[in-house]
Amino acid sequence: MRCLEAGVLGALIAVGVGAAAAQAGVGAGVGAAGGVVVVTGVVLRFLRNRFRSWAYQERDEDLVVKRGVAFRRLSVVPYGRMQFVDVTAGPIERLFKLSTIKLHTAAAATDARIPGLERDEAARLRDQLASLGEAKAAGL
Amino acid sequence: MTTPPPRSPPWKRLHPLTPVVRAGRIVSVLVVAFVISNARGHADNTAGIYDLVVVVIVVAAGVVRWLVTKWTLDGATLRIETGLFRRDSRQLPLARIQAVDVVRPFLARVFGLSELRVRLAGSSSADGRLAYLSHHVATDLRARLLATHHGVDPDTPEPAEQTVATVPAGRLIGSVLLSGGITFVPSVIILLVLVRVSSTAAVVFGSVFATYLFGFVQGVWRRISSLYGFAVADAPDGIRIRRGLLGTVAETIPARRVQAVRLIEPFFWRLFHWCRLEVDVAGAAGREERSGRSATSTKALLPVGSHELARHLIAIVIGEPQPTTSPPPRRTRLKAPLSYHFLSAGHNDALVMAVTGRVRRTTTWVPMVKAQSIRRIQGPVQRRLGLATVHLDAAGRRVQAEFRDRSVDEADRLVDDLTSLSRAARKAEEVRRPLAAGTAAPAGWFADPSGRHQMRYWDGRVWTDHVRDQEMAGVDPL
Repeated sequence: MRCLEAGVLGALIAVGVGAAAAQAGVGAGVGAAGGVVVVTGVVLRFLRNRFRSWAYQERDEDLVVKRGVAFRRLSVVPYGRMQFVDVTAGPIERLFKLSTIKLHTAAAATDARIPGLERDEAARLRDQLASLGEAKAAGL
Repeated sequence: MTTPPPRSPPWKRLHPLTPVVRAGRIVSVLVVAFVISNARGHADNTAGIYDLVVVVIVVAAGVVRWLVTKWTLDGATLRIETGLFRRDSRQLPLARIQAVDVVRPFLARVFGLSELRVRLAGSSSADGRLAYLSHHVATDLRARLLATHHGVDPDTPEPAEQTVATVPAGRLIGSVLLSGGITFVPSVIILLVLVRVSSTAAVVFGSVFATYLFGFVQGVWRRISSLYGFAVADAPDGIRIRRGLLGTVAETIPARRVQAVRLIEPFFWRLFHWCRLEVDVAGAAGREERSGRSATSTKALLPVGSHELARHLIAIVIGEPQPTTSPPPRRTRLKAPLSYHFLSAGHNDALVMAVTGRVRRTTTWVPMVKAQSIRRIQGPVQRRLGLATVHLDAAGRRVQAEFRDRSVDEADRLVDDLTSLSRAARKAEEVRRPLAAGTAAPAGWFADPSGRHQMRYWDGRVWTDHVRDQEMAGVDPL
């Protein structure tokens, strides 16, 4: 899914740079083509790192979600504090049979989101989280 | 022969003067508009007739609404039914009350009426509002709700309270002017200078200033009128807050419903050693509500006061020994030169305490039991310096205690410690939590839920500290 995102971004950049090159003249076009390759490479690398930084771990009492390259974030969400679990799938995600899971607690600052899960894994995780949340629910 | 249906308490109506009070605001606006249009000389009768039609419609709608709204207190549930076309019937389980308010707008006060607001956790649509009841009915109902909430006989009269803090009017006005004065005084100076230098600039600035002044006066008035006569009292059933000049508000926060406490010291207030104390309570009300997410409402626990008073109130509200705090490592100075002098944080088994701020110092306390999630964040600069920030989030939009810019080792340890400590606190709370009224077992000796002893005394409401092992009695707090 991330690769696709990267592809789309790369194509957009290519179109942008290409348009700029066309305005600057054909001579500059060759240089611009090289630029496109480099920029696409950098973007791809950035997105790959970003994608690789996502990680989650189901522990006995809580769910741990890690993400980020420049800003590294780690969230620990106790199952008992979950208010509801969201499973969403955008058009691109649906194309690849993927889903995003998001956990909500009473605190707005909690940001436990796991994108790009296989649809079956997402369904399993959702059910698991929902039942754990119910079993360990704690009052506010 | 049919069995008689279970006896349910009779439905009650709101006070008959409700439509009058509800319409009162609109009527007063219309009267003002009418007077203005008359004064201008366009006194044609059609405008007056339209106004009259609007008033009649509003009053009629109010009467219909009054006719279809009914409420009853059925055991441990408050039921409210309303709506002519779309029936809306609410059941408010009293065990989940977060706060109870008695609100009296000016007009309602004139007629001796009050509005009762019951806040539950969750979205504001789960709140119960009874507007309007006569004042003694409202206070009586509040006492019943809170008694039921705490699992006591509902007929218990409201327990006696002890006033802990009041805010003198002079100090309140001074503090409001002082916090507004930060922008006000420079603006006046600029205006005076401009008048000397060039008149056109002064006119332009003056018109901007007039708009600002209007807003400023309005804001000052709103704060003073809502916080006038502020008094906090401590009662066995919770913290009671009373405030208001024209319209009054009496809020009750049951014990242990506080999500977080904040002590705020604005720059100019520090000259007088003043501070402000706020508490966050789950359950939205009125304007604070947002997009269905469960929100908290922030209540002033002390709009302005001395540090000793604030410390006393904090002890009552969270009632735990204060954790010792420590500053972040010295290299933090490079990353946060403006806030380093305030930064510090610490925790003990029950409480997290953190200080942040650049110009104004904000100290936040979050009980471990209320932790919703724990986060560790590290930005690029922090990584260079070997630092990380750990947040303990409580329910609400921006309610959190921040261990800002701690060393990486400490941050990692903190994440583990806070996770396990908050879990332990939750477990302890679960054992201690009183059952919903009506379902509670009678007082007596039962198997110890903590498993440490054979028996523990249940007083009909909560587990006590008294334990017994083979006829040997002892005391062991849960």
